[in-house]
Amino acid sequence: MDIGGTLVKLVYFEPKDITAEEEQEEVENLKSIRRYLTSNTAYGTTGIRDVHLELQDLTLCGRKGNLHFIRFPTHDLPVFLQMVRNKHFSSLHTTLCATGGGAYKFESDFRTMADLQLHKLDELDCLIRGVLYIDSVMSGGPVDSECYYFENPTDPDHCVQRPYPLENPYPLLLVNIGSGVSILAVYSKNNYKRVTGTSLGGGTFLGLCCLLTGCSTFEEALEIASQGESTRVDKLVRDIYGGDYERFGLPGWAVASSFGNMMCKEKRESVSKEDLARATLVTITNNIGSITRMCALNENIERVVFVGNFLRVNTLSMKLLAYAMDYWSKGQLKALFLRHEGYFGAVGALLELLHPSESSTNFS
Amino acid sequence: MAECGRVDSNTSSGHAMDKSITLPPDEIFRNLENAKRFAIDIGGSLTKLAYYSTVQHKVAKVRSFDHNAKEAASDKLYEISVQEEVTARLHFIKFENAYIETCLDFIKDHLVNTETKVIKATGGGAHKFKELIEKKLGLKVDKEDEMTSLIKGCNFVLKNIPHEAFVYAKHADSEFRFQTTNPDIFPYLLVNIGSGVSIVKVESEDKFERIGGSSIGGGTFWGLGALLTKTKRFDELLQLASKGQHTSVDMLVKDIYGGSYGCLGLTGDLIASSFGKSATADKEFSKEDMAKSLLHMISNDIGQLACLYAKLHNLSRVYFGGFFIRGHPVTMHTITYSINFFTKGEVQALFLRHEGYLGAIGAFLKGAEEDNPNQYSWGENYAGSSGLMSVSPEMNPMQRARSGTFDMLEMDRLERQLVNLPLLQDPSSYIPDTVDLTEDAPAREYWLYCFEEALDGVVKRALASQPDMPEAAVRAEKFRQKYRHKLQTLRHQPFAYGSLTVRSLLDTREHCLNEFNFPDPYSKIKEHENDVALKYYQKAVKSLEELSWEDKQFALVRGVLAGNVFDWGAKAVSDVLESDPEFGFEEAKQQLEERPWLVDCYDQWLERLKGPPHKCALFFVDNSGVDIILGVMPFVRELLSRGTEVVLASNSGPALNDVTNSELQILTERIAAMDPVIQTSLQEDRLTLVQSGSSSPCLDLSRLDKVLAMVVRERKTDLVVIEGMGRAIHTNYYAALSCESLKLAVIKNSWLADRLGGKLFSVVFKYEVPAGKPSRDDGALTP
Repeated sequence: MDIGGTLVKLVYFEPKDITAEEEQEEVENLKSIRRYLTSNTAYGTTGIRDVHLELQDLTLCGRKGNLHFIRFPTHDLPVFLQMVRNKHFSSLHTTLCATGGGAYKFESDFRTMADLQLHKLDELDCLIRGVLYIDSVMSGGPVDSECYYFENPTDPDHCVQRPYPLENPYPLLLVNIGSGVSILAVYSKNNYKRVTGTSLGGGTFLGLCCLLTGCSTFEEALEIASQGESTRVDKLVRDIYGGDYERFGLPGWAVASSFGNMMCKEKRESVSKEDLARATLVTITNNIGSITRMCALNENIERVVFVGNFLRVNTLSMKLLAYAMDYWSKGQLKALFLRHEGYFGAVGALLELLHPSESSTNFS
Repeated sequence: MAECGRVDSNTSSGHAMDKSITLPPDEIFRNLENAKRFAIDIGGSLTKLAYYSTVQHKVAKVRSFDHNAKEAASDKLYEISVQEEVTARLHFIKFENAYIETCLDFIKDHLVNTETKVIKATGGGAHKFKELIEKKLGLKVDKEDEMTSLIKGCNFVLKNIPHEAFVYAKHADSEFRFQTTNPDIFPYLLVNIGSGVSIVKVESEDKFERIGGSSIGGGTFWGLGALLTKTKRFDELLQLASKGQHTSVDMLVKDIYGGSYGCLGLTGDLIASSFGKSATADKEFSKEDMAKSLLHMISNDIGQLACLYAKLHNLSRVYFGGFFIRGHPVTMHTITYSINFFTKGEVQALFLRHEGYLGAIGAFLKGAEEDNPNQYSWGENYAGSSGLMSVSPEMNPMQRARSGTFDMLEMDRLERQLVNLPLLQDPSSYIPDTVDLTEDAPAREYWLYCFEEALDGVVKRALASQPDMPEAAVRAEKFRQKYRHKLQTLRHQPFAYGSLTVRSLLDTREHCLNEFNFPDPYSKIKEHENDVALKYYQKAVKSLEELSWEDKQFALVRGVLAGNVFDWGAKAVSDVLESDPEFGFEEAKQQLEERPWLVDCYDQWLERLKGPPHKCALFFVDNSGVDIILGVMPFVRELLSRGTEVVLASNSGPALNDVTNSELQILTERIAAMDPVIQTSLQEDRLTLVQSGSSSPCLDLSRLDKVLAMVVRERKTDLVVIEGMGRAIHTNYYAALSCESLKLAVIKNSWLADRLGGKLFSVVFKYEVPAGKPSRDDGALTP
């Protein structure tokens, strides 16, 4: 489990090779939990199982089974804890490996409300373990490769998603866009450092969208954004210079000032919610792009992997990032994406349960 | 982006055009009659006008009488005359766009004989007002690239204005920590935060490159802020932000972790996700809190990018400008905070006092290239410049707008090009002033009081110097008002002209006196004192010659010190001097503190004198009269006799009763006529007179005449002597030189004496040998 600022990500391994004897021995509680998790795709009003991400026939710890990916908002954690309590999870004497800030913040709630001890793990360790693990089990598998990129990112008509074999991944820049953003330089499985981070992340996009448009969910915000036009909100180079600013090689279409047109009262009154949501998305995404690009230059790394739930169902941002990386680096930088976007921390935590850690603290 | 806060007309900061505004324009557009070469920078809300003009003002000249006619003429030592001199001045005026039309009309009416045909224009508003300017002034508007103007302007102020750059520290004793002028200004990074952000790397006068930027800038704060808070004006948004609590809107590390994220060193109060808490439909947030959160978000983002670029290009000097910054303590603070955070203190965020003028200055310079303004040194005229305004965020925005309605900067073209003294140990860390009054509140109190108290006397003295000019009384009164106003401003805004120091207070007074055509109030007194002292020169030298070598050395030093007592500050003694100078000089010696002095390196100096002579001594002289003639000259004579060449450096222009270069020329001639040692030395070019390039009672060793620097280098100067309170105590007391130095002064101010742990007439005799040079204090050598 990975308890972030906005979302809780839960990974559940369901063994499929349960023998009849095992079935006999299995306590009723466990059965009911398994049944509850695997027979539903939605839990309560906000919990969701991402069925399309499910990994089937996976061998974990010598067992064959399916890996399920479930998420729910962090603010519904009390509901979750109540459910855990009702289902007598604690009677299973199982360790719950947890990462993310919430593992620390809610540790006592888990103990008092659900009678559960958390095994707390560092989120960046988990993230990297998760990325490497999922990539390894996916490569050569029957389904599409885990990692992909956009071909022809600067040409909207021919921009297509292509698989990318992440065989020799190092060094790579790992950009995790959750509520906030962390940027890690990964040199090997056990050697990485957090280069920097920014507070302008998914939480900012959603937070601003809620204030500007009155929406309340990420999906809603994205949906509104997809119908808008950011150029009505942003001031472009061509709005100022009439075209390109040639002296400095700035193309006319580049954004000169995010929300710059909103300094003007008339323009404020003429924009739509859709435009505002789109501009917010573009602003946040481009900013992550430029900080990432500077980090890549400073660290001398050419491959960038973007993960995190900000990218979930957010092709707009992914294409923007792909475009920005390619354009501003003149083709030097490649933006890569992973299908399991936001679940790597949780997967990394699960792996800890299976292979008790070689290292759970490794900060260079 | 390049454009600085360009805003469409309808968004401009909200003031309706008010053409009924009446200006006090003679106070603002000064010297328009001779103005030539205009430049204008029109931003989103402010217009900056630049022009070059000539100023006619009176200067005091001294001229030796024709020797043949002399006997007949008078018993005067030399002729003092007041002449008109024309000097060049740059005027910069900043005002709200609302005044443009009124101002253009005024300029049109007062522009007399200009041959100017074009006006250089820059800034986002330049094209909008193009027609208006062309119609009103009849000048062709010639557009200059904004970024080029900005960089040119930045180079100019960094090179010519001491204390231009400062570090902002909100919670420190003095919010503004001014940087010492580093002669080597390149390379640096300029982060211009207009509606967007441009990051420019400047490598030399002509080489700069926009290495990056960001679309999240001032326009984002303003635009997004206006949407979120329904507040239209930029100033009001900043005001809201300064009252808000961002923690109710932002998701902090502790909101996610419950505390800090210890192993990464991320503290709990760090913002994890800007606006992270507002991701909900059912909660209201206050305008203040949202504005604050937005301000943090944008400042942090810009700071982070600036740091990434600084790191990539290995630059440590990062200046911030643009309308987002422009004198706003709130944004200066958040940017500073961000830079500190992201570089862990390795890079300091630097701001500029005249940041708002850069574009206008640059555009002007571009248009004035044929006059080669960069060949000259320029100096900020304290009398004509408004200084940095305190723009407290608590102040009502309307009030603020008005207080900054007309802001002026005037720069005088200096007759001489100024450079560093080549003997400074580390020019980049040299600070002329001993006490920074911006930081030392009790000292500030005292000196401001002191200068205010002395004002009546100065006015009287100024009046007395021009007895046959009937309008002098009016000018003297204007001077009084102006200088008193400056003192009041400095009481409230000590940082207005950079670090406040005794030197800046003295210089401001000189600038104000000049402004009202009192070029040299002490000229007659100086002449009289010189005249009287000259009469005793031979006697003084003779009595010194009768002493044993060791006694003579001590007597010479005491002579310099006693001479230095005679400053127009020490009135009690100068009364005696007037009646009987010889007696006065002896009296002064009696007043001197007995050894051991407050600072006493005399023994080391004596030992040094027993060693080989210095190659060349540079002597910064102080007062006229007894000081220079009976104190300094015999000392110089001894150095010359030892085989040491001497360079006498005196002020280029008058300041108090300090001897000026032209006066000293005459005095030296007169002494040479009486004293063969001086005579020969002059003839053999072993005694040289140079001007310091300064007109201050203090001394800034980083701004000295280029010729002086050349002479010092050529002669392989190995001893620097600095004399007097102004030059050796108020300034340069801690100056580290790369050769031997003597700093001598008598403390003639009881407050200062008290501060230094001494008493009135305490003596400072500081002899320093730089580390690594052999000092000759083994005493083994005899003369």
